[in-house]
Amino acid sequence: MLLEELNAMADKEKAARKQIRIRCCMSAGCMSSQSAEIKQALDKAVADRQLGEQVEVVRVGCMGLCGQGPLVSIDPQGVLYEQVTPENAGSIVDALAGGTAYAQQGDPKNPFFTRQLAVVSRNGGRIDPERIEAYIEAGGYGALHHVLHELTPAQVVDAITKSGLRGRGGAGFPTGLKWATVAKSKGDRKYVICNGDEGDPGAFMDRSVLESDPHAVIEGMAIAGYAVGASHGYLYVRAEYPLAISRLQIAIRQAKQHGLLGEGLFESTFNFNVEIRIGAGAFVCGEETALMASIEGRRGQPRPRPPFPAESGLWGCPTLINNVETFANIVPIISQGAEWYAGLGTEKSKGTKVFALTGKIRNNGLIEVPMGITIREIVEDLGGGAPDGTQIKAVQTGGPSGGCIPAKLFDTPVDYDSLMKVGSIMGSGGMVVMDDSTNMVDVARFYMQFCMEESCGKCIPCRAGTVQMYNLLTKILDRKATLKDLESLEELCDMVKHTSLCGLGQTAPNPVISTLRYFRNEYLALLQPEPGEENASHNGHITESATTR
Amino acid sequence: MAVKTLTIDGKAVSADENDTILQAATEAGIKIPTLCHLDGLGDVGACRLCITEVAGSNKLQPACVTKIAEGMEVKTNSERIQKYRIMILELLFAERNHVCAVCVANRHCDLQKLAADAGMMHVRFPYQYPQAAVDASHDWFVVDHNRCILCTRCVRVCDEVEGAHTWDVMGRGAGSRVITDLNQPWGTSETCTSCSKCVQVCPTGALSSKGKSVAEMVKKRDFVTYLVQTREERL
Repeated sequence: MLLEELNAMADKEKAARKQIRIRCCMSAGCMSSQSAEIKQALDKAVADRQLGEQVEVVRVGCMGLCGQGPLVSIDPQGVLYEQVTPENAGSIVDALAGGTAYAQQGDPKNPFFTRQLAVVSRNGGRIDPERIEAYIEAGGYGALHHVLHELTPAQVVDAITKSGLRGRGGAGFPTGLKWATVAKSKGDRKYVICNGDEGDPGAFMDRSVLESDPHAVIEGMAIAGYAVGASHGYLYVRAEYPLAISRLQIAIRQAKQHGLLGEGLFESTFNFNVEIRIGAGAFVCGEETALMASIEGRRGQPRPRPPFPAESGLWGCPTLINNVETFANIVPIISQGAEWYAGLGTEKSKGTKVFALTGKIRNNGLIEVPMGITIREIVEDLGGGAPDGTQIKAVQTGGPSGGCIPAKLFDTPVDYDSLMKVGSIMGSGGMVVMDDSTNMVDVARFYMQFCMEESCGKCIPCRAGTVQMYNLLTKILDRKATLKDLESLEELCDMVKHTSLCGLGQTAPNPVISTLRYFRNEYLALLQPEPGEENASHNGHITESATTR
Repeated sequence: MAVKTLTIDGKAVSADENDTILQAATEAGIKIPTLCHLDGLGDVGACRLCITEVAGSNKLQPACVTKIAEGMEVKTNSERIQKYRIMILELLFAERNHVCAVCVANRHCDLQKLAADAGMMHVRFPYQYPQAAVDASHDWFVVDHNRCILCTRCVRVCDEVEGAHTWDVMGRGAGSRVITDLNQPWGTSETCTSCSKCVQVCPTGALSSKGKSVAEMVKKRDFVTYLVQTREERL
């Protein structure tokens, strides 16, 4: 592939565009509500009305407002239809010629859309994820060409460092520093791994990126490969994401066909190939060392670090491992410049973050917002507040490794350090909104059950500690626990946090710790007096019954 | 060989730059409790009993897999670590059905000894009493999952020293079990060479020889080091 050929492909795709585009969301959420049938119905309606010359129906990725799906959007009119059904799809086409659409009309001016900043999701809901031509038309693979012909690997690493990008998997390690470490590590063979083992309850950011814009991740990985000196990449995706896997397979095949993966990309000496590895259902395989063990075909369990993957990773080779969203940020950074990217967000947290906004909130879905936005803005403006006039009580971020942030702290800006300060974490981007009907002890137990079931069983604190903590939380909820049990729970939290081998165990107590910090009263309200204290207060009774006996 | 100096529990120690904290401490006569570690086997850092405090690091470091560094200051037995160790041991006792009084390994058990050394007085966590099986299908040996602590010494000795890889772990979390071959009765295993290495390295009474009664299962554990050493010298 040459640059001219790439541009010619983009031009051809542009020229083939029809006047009116009906975009039909075909991401997993909308697909589960029949969006495949809706697209068929739209296609048929266009054909029946002989509008094929002017109107095209395009399969696109996620548009974000998943709670109102299936979504259909029309260009250039900018009309959005929500909760479309195969039955009323035809009327949407009628409406193009002045008829009435019987589908619910959404408001594209809703703050849910207008307050977002699309960097990672720039192509989501706009292009057909199963056609490389659509990605190239949107500027795709231009950044890879630029990097291969204009920049040295060191300059690429430098750009990523200057952008201030931090790992989107949750911990927020500076991406540029990680790339530099792998680039400097000595080794004949190096690997790039994309961690798509997204598993936090309520989180679906990476799934959406992979389903909506698979080429962006592949291009990001290729750029990373060039920067660190790796010619082989693995995309590790969980088996529960069949649509993402199939779109990635299509994308890889197309990229290979066009010489955008393989040998001598863009007539350079750089080779890069990507293989997909499918996870087998273990949450712990999202932990990097467990993930690598899984790729190697071994039991997916973590090992102590150091050595870090950058030094000794896959099969002992230096390995760069980044999250899906991190890789999706690479192309915009290269094409629009590190300075531009560094201008987004806050001082220490640059760029944007994609969140899966779920729970007791009006607008359920996927949002991408600049770092530094407050939780209140997300919940009240984008999310539209609680449905049915209930009171929002807390927001859970960071999944089972994170914590609950109470409503009184909703002015906290969303960045790595501020969230850490209030006892939660950025995490991979799950944001579960809870209203006043939610019992926080129950929430803590839910996450503890998750960690208990997902513990790999290697280290004792996590394997046996989560069981004991789960049992104590159940005892509290059953109103059978005393203050001593609560003390025991807190001791276990402290021990498991500090002695576990990997991140799963080290953060498993977080949901308990954070709910205890802000909602201790809810725990105390469920406690029973110690047996001894009970005796003391009802002393007369006890003695009496004792003598009767 | 480059030598580095560090302090362990206030004592100045010099050690090979490739040594772990555990090796350096052992050489200096400082005892750090270990369970999954066994000299001669690869370390996995799983039991967390050998955790130490290293000045400048906010994380506790397992001595068996942490390399020493120049000027490192290590504390192996602070009050906090002692407390954690006892909790870890209590968790282990509560996890399966450990009843020393009727165990073949009574008085020869690493878990029991560690608990005694650590000053564990009782188990404050409720016993889980899981349903765990006993597999006596092998002609000479028995595996009693009630007493298994999942240290994976058997898995490692079989893989690394014997080379058979008969043992592995299946399941996850509290449901993990050591298995022979593809989870089939030990007696029907086609890879097992009946070498008894797994039985000898097992820290508890989980693996024992048939015919042993209470407290009769004395294990030989030091053979691993000389086997490994002889093999390395021959190469």
